[in-house]
Amino acid sequence: MDVEILARVQFAFTIGFHYIYPPLSIGLGLMLVILEGLYLRTGNRIYEMAVRFWIRIFALIFGIGVATGIIMEFEFGTNWATYSKYVGDIFGSALAAEGIFAFALESGFLGILIFGWNRVGPRVHFFSTIMVFFGSLFSAVWIVVANSWQQTPAGFHIVGEGLNARAEITDFWAMVFNPSSVDRMLHVWVGAILAGAFMVLSVNAWYILHKKHQEIARPTFRIALIVATIFSLLQLFIGHRSADGVSRYQPAKLAAMEGHFDSSASADMFIFGYVDKKKETTSGLKIPGGLSFLVHGDFKAPLPGLRSYKPEDRPSQVNSVFQFYHLMVAAGVAMIGLSLLGCWLWWKKRLFEYRWLLWVYALSVLLPQLANQAGWFTAEMGRQPWVVYGLLRTSDALSRAVTANQIVFSLILFTIVYIVLFALFLFLLNRKIQHGPVDYGTKEDIESGARRDNPLLEHEKI
Amino acid sequence: MDTFLGLDYATWWFLVFGAVISGYAILDGFDLGAGSLHLFLKKEQSRRIAMNAIGPIWDGNEVWLVIGGGALFAGFPIAYAAIFSAFYVPFMIFLVGLIFRAVSIEFRSKEPWAWWRRSWDIVYCVASIIISLSLGLMLGNVVEGLPLDDHQEFAGSWLSFFNPFAILVAITTLALFMMHGAIFLTMKTENRLFVKLHVLANNFIIFFVVSFVITTLYTLLYIPHLSDFFKAHPMYFMIPLLMTLSIANIPRQVKLGKYRYAFISSAVTIALLLIMVALEVFPYLLYSPLKPENSITIYSAASSARTMHILLIMALVGTPLVGLYTSFVFWTFKGKVKLDEMSY
Ligand code: HDD
Ligand code: HEM
Ligand code: HEM
Repeated sequence: MDVEILARVQFAFTIGFHYIYPPLSIGLGLMLVILEGLYLRTGNRIYEMAVRFWIRIFALIFGIGVATGIIMEFEFGTNWATYSKYVGDIFGSALAAEGIFAFALESGFLGILIFGWNRVGPRVHFFSTIMVFFGSLFSAVWIVVANSWQQTPAGFHIVGEGLNARAEITDFWAMVFNPSSVDRMLHVWVGAILAGAFMVLSVNAWYILHKKHQEIARPTFRIALIVATIFSLLQLFIGHRSADGVSRYQPAKLAAMEGHFDSSASADMFIFGYVDKKKETTSGLKIPGGLSFLVHGDFKAPLPGLRSYKPEDRPSQVNSVFQFYHLMVAAGVAMIGLSLLGCWLWWKKRLFEYRWLLWVYALSVLLPQLANQAGWFTAEMGRQPWVVYGLLRTSDALSRAVTANQIVFSLILFTIVYIVLFALFLFLLNRKIQHGPVDYGTKEDIESGARRDNPLLEHEKI
Repeated sequence: MDTFLGLDYATWWFLVFGAVISGYAILDGFDLGAGSLHLFLKKEQSRRIAMNAIGPIWDGNEVWLVIGGGALFAGFPIAYAAIFSAFYVPFMIFLVGLIFRAVSIEFRSKEPWAWWRRSWDIVYCVASIIISLSLGLMLGNVVEGLPLDDHQEFAGSWLSFFNPFAILVAITTLALFMMHGAIFLTMKTENRLFVKLHVLANNFIIFFVVSFVITTLYTLLYIPHLSDFFKAHPMYFMIPLLMTLSIANIPRQVKLGKYRYAFISSAVTIALLLIMVALEVFPYLLYSPLKPENSITIYSAASSARTMHILLIMALVGTPLVGLYTSFVFWTFKGKVKLDEMSY
């Protein structure tokens, strides 16, 4: 296989794996802030137990997020050397800002969040929780800015030619607020919050089903339901804004997302379908002219289709872009449906009455994960064949010093390592969930040595 | 090239990058060292204490690596591209080491079974050793220089990374970190564990001094051009001299029982070692011994003046912030390790 495909597969695999964890960290971070805030306000021990339980889950997820994120930081240099030279001027500053402003904040206060419960006062601890949450929000900012710049470049000029060409910043703020940054930033944040909210929802649904920890599970479930409802509705609007931006700045991507070929015709919106790239047709269940309506408010308006681009300037995997996009939207709609249904039943006071529904909630943790992954695959595969849209082709972005064998070696290495990691992650997550929130006793109890039901101290003998 | 306080931007950024790398080596150095000597501790309780000594801070320490990577990418993208694509294989091994180390700390305490904990102890220790060795190996190769082609990309084979000098540097790095880590742990422990670590610290000091002397002799004999700088600028002989004093101070303070001073001394030693390296290579970031005209210098690799300007502002704003909360966290967890129900 050639170096380009291998390098892309490796990038997709490692970033996709990384991206399981950061959204959970961001989303659970918000849930921690809410739960701990409630604890401080009400003094209710239920919330304390819930926070302490979720801090432990958070720690596990965060750990893997860090471990897999460090790979990403260096993968630009290892696999995409030409790309790194090309964008270093712009991209590097975003990555450096991310390290110095976000990760340092996050990792610093994380120590207090996890280990500081008995060391610092409740207020300082709450402050640390908020700082960790902010840190994770910031860490998403810079990386998404960098990625958005790559989708819709702005605030730069090109110096040099051929292999030595590179983009240099002319206007820092234009670079940061390039046309897609803000929309995509909001979209990513909300996607992350949904990942956290649905995780809390799902674990508590499972407890309710199994009649465990009911007194904690029910209130926590309701809180997560509120967050899920607000943000899944919000996501619909933000997602629409993203699509609007794509129609303006990356029309070829939009055409691929809906499998639209003919520039003189109006564009349909598919509920599901299949794109035949050879025959240049798309079939499936559709709203005729729906996409034209969303973009121009007119069912008849023509939109640029893929045929108006030279074959080498079109995304190569049109059908995949189409499918991923529709998967994301379907997952988004499902989340809206589930959370609205939950609110309605809550209002009718029948929220916890249907076992099948609780099972659906228990599985719903997968929906935001699917949407997040599918969203990135849409965005990144739709960007092809460009690494930097309209400027640098993916095939020109590689490291010339790296051979196919080396990439195969590292790909095999990472595959094995990540499979092991993922299996361990699921195993430990499951054990922690089975174990559930623990009553550690009040702070005074603990200090006086009356430590109840403490999994760690029990096993101190070994 | 624009200047700031009389120095050009590229030199400033070289200083910033050097400071970040030194920060990384000093901070992550002690937790990598603590990891590398983990298996010398035999009892479950000792191992738990040792792990919890670094528990709340190792992640913050590792962020310095992330900042360093970002700093190199941002300030010297050409060097970033050349170095990481050249060190592809050792770097991937280094990264896998980092993954396993991070998760072993996280996973170990999650289950009570003896076999589970013992396996993660081994993973933790081996990963820490591999990370330290590969850091040293890459540093050694950067100091020696790499063959670069006309596009300033690596033009050699990765097998050549395993040369005597780089291997010596790798071993010295490991010894240095183990000494640094052992001294750190003496500050965090009590009673019998403390006595044991005191003895270990002394042994690692000997290990470090021996490997350091061998590496120095090897350099003077076989790679004489590395000492060119010091021959040309005798004034800078101060630095090796200071370093010798600082190394000599470590066993002295350990003997006096002043572990904090010993720790500061070993931190200073790490910084001085890296300053020496920086002086030897400056202004090259990557020297190409066979075709010197293909070498990458801080000027040929530098980003545009505007980016450099933005970066320096970021460093000026960001560094005090990082310093502030790092000290806050260290202060919160100061003193001897106390295990509680949230501990690893
Ligand atoms: C929980 C997560 C989640 C949910 C529910 C949705 N998305 Fe999304 N989507 C993402 C998570 C995501 C993402 C992972 O955050 C992406 C990838 C890149 C990005 O900026 O956001 C994304 C990308 C993305 C793009 C491509 C942007 C680009 O290429 O620049 C569009 C057009 C949409 N989304 C539109 C939608 C619509 C119309 C949704 C309707 C419900 C929707 N998304 C739900
Ligand atoms: C190619 C892209 C990416 C790179 C290079 C990258 C880099 C990194 C690195 C180096 C870390 C570890 C930091 C540490 O040591 O604490 C990390 C973790 C993290 N990343 Fe990524 N990242 C990427 C994509 C993303 C995206 C798109 C988001 C958010 C939307 C994100 C959010 C986070 C967060 C919140 C963390 C903290 C660790 C965790 O919570 O799991 N990252 N990333
Ligand atoms: C700043 C952040 C990011 C940057 C700079 C970035 C950059 C890149 C680069 C250089 C490639 C390889 C070249 C290519 O195939 O186009 C790539 C591919 C890819 N990236 Fe991103 N990426 C970023 C964030 C993400 C995130 C967070 C995801 C989430 C899952 C993601 C998903 C993918 C996928 C799926 C591919 C493979 C696309 C394909 O097969 O063509 N990217 N990206």
